[in-house]
Amino acid sequence: MEPTVSAFQLLLAGDPALLAVVRLSLIVSMSAVGVATLIGVPVGASLALTHFPGRTVVVVVFNALMGLPPVVAGLAVFLLLSRSGPLGSLGLLFTPPAMVCAQVVLVTPIIAALTRQTIEDLWEEYCDELTAMNVGMVRRVGTLIWDGRFSLITIVLAGFGRAAAEVGAIIIVGGNIEGFTRTMTTAIALETSKGDLPLAIGLGVILIAIVVLVNALAWTVGRAAQRYAG
Amino acid sequence: MRAPGTELPICLSDVTVETHGVTILDRITLALGSGPPTVLIGPNGSGKTTLLRIAMGLILPSAGTVTWGGRESVAPVRRAIVFQHPVMLRRTAAENLRYALKVSGRLPRKMYDSRIAELLSLVGLSEFGDRPARTMSGGEKRRLALARALAGDPAVLFLDEPSASLDPAAAKVVEDVIRTVAARNIKVVMSTHDLGSARRLAGDIIFMHRGRVVETGAASTFFNEPHSDEAKIFIRGDLLV
Ligand SMILES: Nc1ncnc2c1ncn2[C@@H]1O[C@H](COP(=O)(O)OP(=O)(O)O)[C@@H](O)[C@H]1O
Ligand SMILES: [Mg+2]
Repeated sequence: MEPTVSAFQLLLAGDPALLAVVRLSLIVSMSAVGVATLIGVPVGASLALTHFPGRTVVVVVFNALMGLPPVVAGLAVFLLLSRSGPLGSLGLLFTPPAMVCAQVVLVTPIIAALTRQTIEDLWEEYCDELTAMNVGMVRRVGTLIWDGRFSLITIVLAGFGRAAAEVGAIIIVGGNIEGFTRTMTTAIALETSKGDLPLAIGLGVILIAIVVLVNALAWTVGRAAQRYAG
Repeated sequence: MRAPGTELPICLSDVTVETHGVTILDRITLALGSGPPTVLIGPNGSGKTTLLRIAMGLILPSAGTVTWGGRESVAPVRRAIVFQHPVMLRRTAAENLRYALKVSGRLPRKMYDSRIAELLSLVGLSEFGDRPARTMSGGEKRRLALARALAGDPAVLFLDEPSASLDPAAAKVVEDVIRTVAARNIKVVMSTHDLGSARRLAGDIIFMHRGRVVETGAASTFFNEPHSDEAKIFIRGDLLV
């Protein structure tokens, strides 16, 4: 397997092009997950604790959006940011911020929907006790988020997994520009089609390592939850 | 020692509870005043838990009214309840108590630690402060819930089957705490289907059957000269269906 050997050589040599691509991938996905968490957790939590007409529809829409195809998210953000689009004047298309936007669109529904489920289950369990203790609304939300923290961390990591692995959205709004908007997934797509297998495989290995790491982290967090919280 | 505050008497007037067309409580009228423990007895399904939840203010009656100290809809600041299956927060035993102290806000922060130690020792859980509460056994959890209920300094304490499915030693701890609590002038209202426990603790009895209050009165009168046939059957230990 000649290409695999070359891939590891690139990895070990710390090839600058390869490192730049890895770095951009992590920055984009981590920023997107950060923003998606700031939006998704409060939205999911309030959805869990409130009742209003049409709530079921909102819940179903969020659940459905969890499976939003990345290319569709990318297309939507592309239309928003393209020169003739509503946000075209910002000039963000084919820049890393545009890629963050697309991944936010992709990840926020996942975090919101899973948060809603987690907080709702927890609320069902705690409802009687917290009501009997006369716990106010603000502390109620705080308590549920705190006591659900291990599940919420797992949810955020799942969101990161989704962002790090997708290629459809960022290739549309980022354009896969070398040294500027090229990430691991878009590079793998390109290098494979060009026939440069060593780089593609090297990136694939790194991507898998990151995904394994994130899953190991999620598993550790889950174990810790069992141990400390029962 | 403190006055029972504005919670008492708790008056139910013609209270009916229905869900899905089933009548769970049927036109109940009664008053819970200060004094020794009031014990709700009756077979499973007679409506004891539902009556406690109504008196606690956790559910609203389908018909009729509930008042606390003459007022409707009083927030449960001075009332507390220990459920048959208490739910503990995902924290240690001590942190569960600290949470209740914080929520009630009746105590200065610097006194939390000493109060927590006091409450844990009251229910015989001094060694359990650092245990994740949810890993504790059913009996330990019930005792912790009792301590948590007392953390808010209640005037009325509701207990749902406090000694059900506890071994005799654990049941004794719980009954001793109930006596201590009652001696501190906290009104105890508890349910049980255990006649022994009712005899040992009750000042007065509310006997329920099929969502109705069949008989009320002083415990001694109830056990010695029950009026209703249902009560006679129940006290004899025969199956009341
Ligand atoms: N939420 C509910 N929905 C439907 N039926 C209920 C509900 N809560 C209680 N019941 C019914 O009401 C009756 C009385 O219940 P409960 O108050 O728990 O009795 P007890 O505590 O005396 O055993 C039972 O037949 C029970 O099945
Ligand atoms: Mg019951």
